[in-house]
Amino acid sequence: MPVPLGYYLGLAAIIFTVGVIGVLVRRNAIIILMSIELMLNGANLTLVAFSVHLQELSGQVFVFLVMTVAAAEAAVGLAIIVMIFRNRESVNVDNLNIMKW
Amino acid sequence: MSIPIPSINIGAILPEIILIATAFVIIFVELFAPKRWRLGIPIICFAGLLAGFYAVGSLWGETIFAFGESVTSDNFALFFKFIFLLGALLVTLISVDYLKREGIYHAEYFFLILLSTVGMMIMASSLDLISIFLGLEVMSIALYVLAGFNRTDPRSNEASLKYFLIGAFASGFLLYGIALLYGNFHTTNLGEIFALLSGQESLSIIGLIGIVLVLIGFFFKVAFVPFHMWVPDVYQGAPTSVTAFMSAGPKAAGFAVLLRIVIYAFNTSSPEFTNLLWIVAVVTMSVGNIVAIAQNNLKRMLAYSSIAHAGYVLVAVVAGGPVGTSAAMFYLLVYTLMNVGAFSILIVFGKRGEDNLNFSDYAGLASKYPLGALAMTLFMLSLAGIPPTAGFVGKFYVFSAAVSQGYVTLAVIGVLNSLISVYYYIRVVVVMYMSAKPAEKFYFTYSVPAIIALIIAAWGTLQLGILPERWLSLAKDSIFSFLL
Repeated sequence: MPVPLGYYLGLAAIIFTVGVIGVLVRRNAIIILMSIELMLNGANLTLVAFSVHLQELSGQVFVFLVMTVAAAEAAVGLAIIVMIFRNRESVNVDNLNIMKW
Repeated sequence: MSIPIPSINIGAILPEIILIATAFVIIFVELFAPKRWRLGIPIICFAGLLAGFYAVGSLWGETIFAFGESVTSDNFALFFKFIFLLGALLVTLISVDYLKREGIYHAEYFFLILLSTVGMMIMASSLDLISIFLGLEVMSIALYVLAGFNRTDPRSNEASLKYFLIGAFASGFLLYGIALLYGNFHTTNLGEIFALLSGQESLSIIGLIGIVLVLIGFFFKVAFVPFHMWVPDVYQGAPTSVTAFMSAGPKAAGFAVLLRIVIYAFNTSSPEFTNLLWIVAVVTMSVGNIVAIAQNNLKRMLAYSSIAHAGYVLVAVVAGGPVGTSAAMFYLLVYTLMNVGAFSILIVFGKRGEDNLNFSDYAGLASKYPLGALAMTLFMLSLAGIPPTAGFVGKFYVFSAAVSQGYVTLAVIGVLNSLISVYYYIRVVVVMYMSAKPAEKFYFTYSVPAIIALIIAAWGTLQLGILPERWLSLAKDSIFSFLL
């Protein structure tokens, strides 16, 4: 018996929400980056589930593109975090407070 | 499941191809050519952008679809591509000596500027949610790196990380929204989505959540209030030339997508959507202008002013129709010229390390550098919307579009906001001309390319202010070819 579409969508929504909460609650830049990846993967799971359900391929093709984008984003993000760590030996986003109005 | 073979029409993306080729030429020159060639890299970049202008000109007037109707090259897209190319060209000119002064002269800078411009171009010509997302990411990822280009400056680092985290967070929302829309409408093509929308009387809950998430993602990127908190920090921390670039192109690219959606949805009248944009426009203008008054740092003041200007453009988007859309496009062109002009003054009179960006550092500038002060006055008057500058004409068309479509209250709020903004723009002029206590020392960087960029920006600001008809009719043409 195939797993119904609603289960996939529910799981994807939960993963996405965990990601959003992670971004808002955690203070370590690397964990925030990981939470953003969770958000993207929740969206990917939704796309694949819909694609299989609708018997339409463009959703799955989009997932490949999103994975590429996510990899590029992670590469740039980690490079930025390394740069910050070199200059101030901390990746806590609460310490990023040079500019305030 | 069958895979239809899409019709590929390479000619439609000629400007993008030229810029990508130029970007890779730059990287290969940097890697393999002798050291002294590196000074020629800005010239290669400049030549590539000029070739891009030529490609845009040669494609003008035709509507070509490419890659299975996911990308198009119509006058609407080409007008926006012209704005992006203009922004990139001016930024390339002002960057050369600025980068040398700050000690961050690397070829990657020009590479990233070109790639970011390509991303914006893809956004402007996309007809499909997938290609919109890809264009947005190509643009943003290059911008994250550019914001942190001054690696050793902690402010630049901070700007880069803040921009990255907020931008990636927003892309997450956008992507999830696109996934839900795909599930609801069984397609990612904008035209098909809106055809379905106009047929059906009410939207399912999944489709509604999808639209809301996509809008949140876009509002973050274009920085509408209440999704604007990253703008001042990122604009202040990023290198000034990058700030000039960020304030012009990416904003116009976001509006290109928004306008395309509004034009497509034009037949499907949706009062909720218009009401939402109405409220966002009012809040964005007001918050941007009121907070800008309190700023002492010029870059931060221009950051808040850019939020307010996004609000003005949104007024034209709310007005909609050919009048509103062409007013928005004209305003974005004007904004690119005057804003990059204002930033080039900050670059020319900046000091290494960017410590002299407060109002007091420009006190009495007019007595020492009258021409520089005159140019800054021109840009400030234009940003404030005072005739005979382009800013006045732009605002006039935006507000008259709003009035003609029946949004009188919105236009009145816009004009009131514009009055508030006069205070802080004129303050710059007052400080430069009538300060009792002039700054001790001005740091003038003599840079021929930056002066050329200043002349182009000042000439454009005056030209569009005195003789706007030609450009306005170009903007109108691009809408009409699109509606047919």
